[in-house]
Order: sequence, then structure tokens, then C-alpha cells
Amino acid sequence: MTENNLNPDSWVDQYADYLFNYAVARVSDAEIAKDLVQETFLAGLKSAKNFQGAAAERTWLIAILKRKVIDHYRKINSKKGKAEVRITYRDQGDSAGDWLEENVADPFSTLENDEIENEELGLAIQECISKLPKKQSAVFVMKTIQGLSTEDICNELGINPSNLWVMVHRARTNLMGCLNENWFKL
Amino acid sequence: MINCEKASTICNKKQYKEATLLEQIKLSFHLLYCKTCSAFSKKNKKLTILCNKANLYNLSEQAKVKMKETIERNI
Repeated sequence: MTENNLNPDSWVDQYADYLFNYAVARVSDAEIAKDLVQETFLAGLKSAKNFQGAAAERTWLIAILKRKVIDHYRKINSKKGKAEVRITYRDQGDSAGDWLEENVADPFSTLENDEIENEELGLAIQECISKLPKKQSAVFVMKTIQGLSTEDICNELGINPSNLWVMVHRARTNLMGCLNENWFKL
Repeated sequence: MINCEKASTICNKKQYKEATLLEQIKLSFHLLYCKTCSAFSKKNKKLTILCNKANLYNLSEQAKVKMKETIERNI
């Protein structure tokens, strides 16, 4: 790959999961996130000739996806009045009748940071997974993320269990090395 | 007695809760005297914790194939 060239053929393999994680964290709906990723790829194709090569391919795609997420929220809020915040009593649950002000976030809490950190961690792991050899990443993803049983994976990929565990071992060792560089020493 | 290769396989299985009780006992015995495997086991556990914490999502193969087709049609 030359520096300011795009490789749309490899986009899905290289970036789809990365972009998908990014989108799911923001719209919290897998279907919508999937559509946004698809739209991002299409928009990327359309404006491929404007790609300067100033940024890495992935950074460029993330920038497009960011716009798509904003557009999504604009669209669902476009009906007048929907974007308004109405401050009233809480009307559901145990805290019915309490003032809404009592529900604001605790300024001294650091729990919110965990969310952000976990999302960054997720992206770092996805990046490392995309660097794995194809077979290793396939086995690792099926086992760890999709949580499939050993038997199912063996049937689907046509390998035997000891073969699978060797692949899991290699994938995990590679990931440890990759995360050590990209996550712990940031 | 088990060797290090066997120990690492059991350790990997343990990350997915697929090691039998006997295997786990063999492993913990091996870890008592093998420093390399203890280090590996610690790191391996850490990786599992990180993966659980990160809420990883993945697109299904079908979705990816579909995306590829759409991209190809629009190139």
C-alpha cells in the first residue's frame, strides 16, 4: 500500500470491527451501528479522490464515521421539540416524585472514566486483533468474542481441538505482546 | 508431572472455563515450580480480564460479506 492510496478491497477485513466497536459505543444499537459503518465505507468510496494521504486510512474512516454518528442523532432529533430537555419530577420507578436535580452525576465520581477507558481498551484490542494472521484472529474472535464452543468452531473451520488450542495459544501470545506495547505503555 | 507445553494448553483452556478439575490440579502443581509458566499464566489471566472489561463487539461474517459486496458494486 502506498502512502496516499486507499485500499477499499481490504477495508472490511481491516477496519469493519474497529469501526463497529466505535459506533456501538456511541449509538448503543448494533443494527444502527452496522448501518453507520456501511454508510461510512460508501461515503469513503465517494470521496476517495479527496483523500490527501495526510492521515492513516483508519483515522480518515473514523473521521467520516464521526460525522455519520452526528448525522444520525440529528436525524432522530429533527422533529421539533424532541431535542428539548424537560425538567419535571421523575415519573417512573422507585424514585418517582423525586426532583430530577437529585439525579445529576456525582462530581467526585470517577466511574465515568472507566466507561471511556474501557472503550479505548476495546479499540486497542480490536486493533491488535486485526494485526493477527487471519486464521488466528478467526479462532480468537469466535472463541472469545462470540463465545462459541470448541466443538462448533472445530466443525466450522474443519480443524481438530488440539489444532484449535495451538491457534488460541498463538493468538493470545501475540495479543499480549501487542497490548503490552499499545495499551500499557501508552 | 506435565511439561510446559501441556501446562500452557491447560492454562488457555482455563481462560475459557474448559479445563477439567484434574487438569487444573495438574496445572497448579506445575505452576508451583515453573516460573516461566507462572508468568505466562498471570499474563494470560490479565488478557482475559481485559477482554471481558472491553465489551468487544464483532460484525458477523454475513454482514461483512454483504458490506464487501456493496463496496465492490460502488467502486
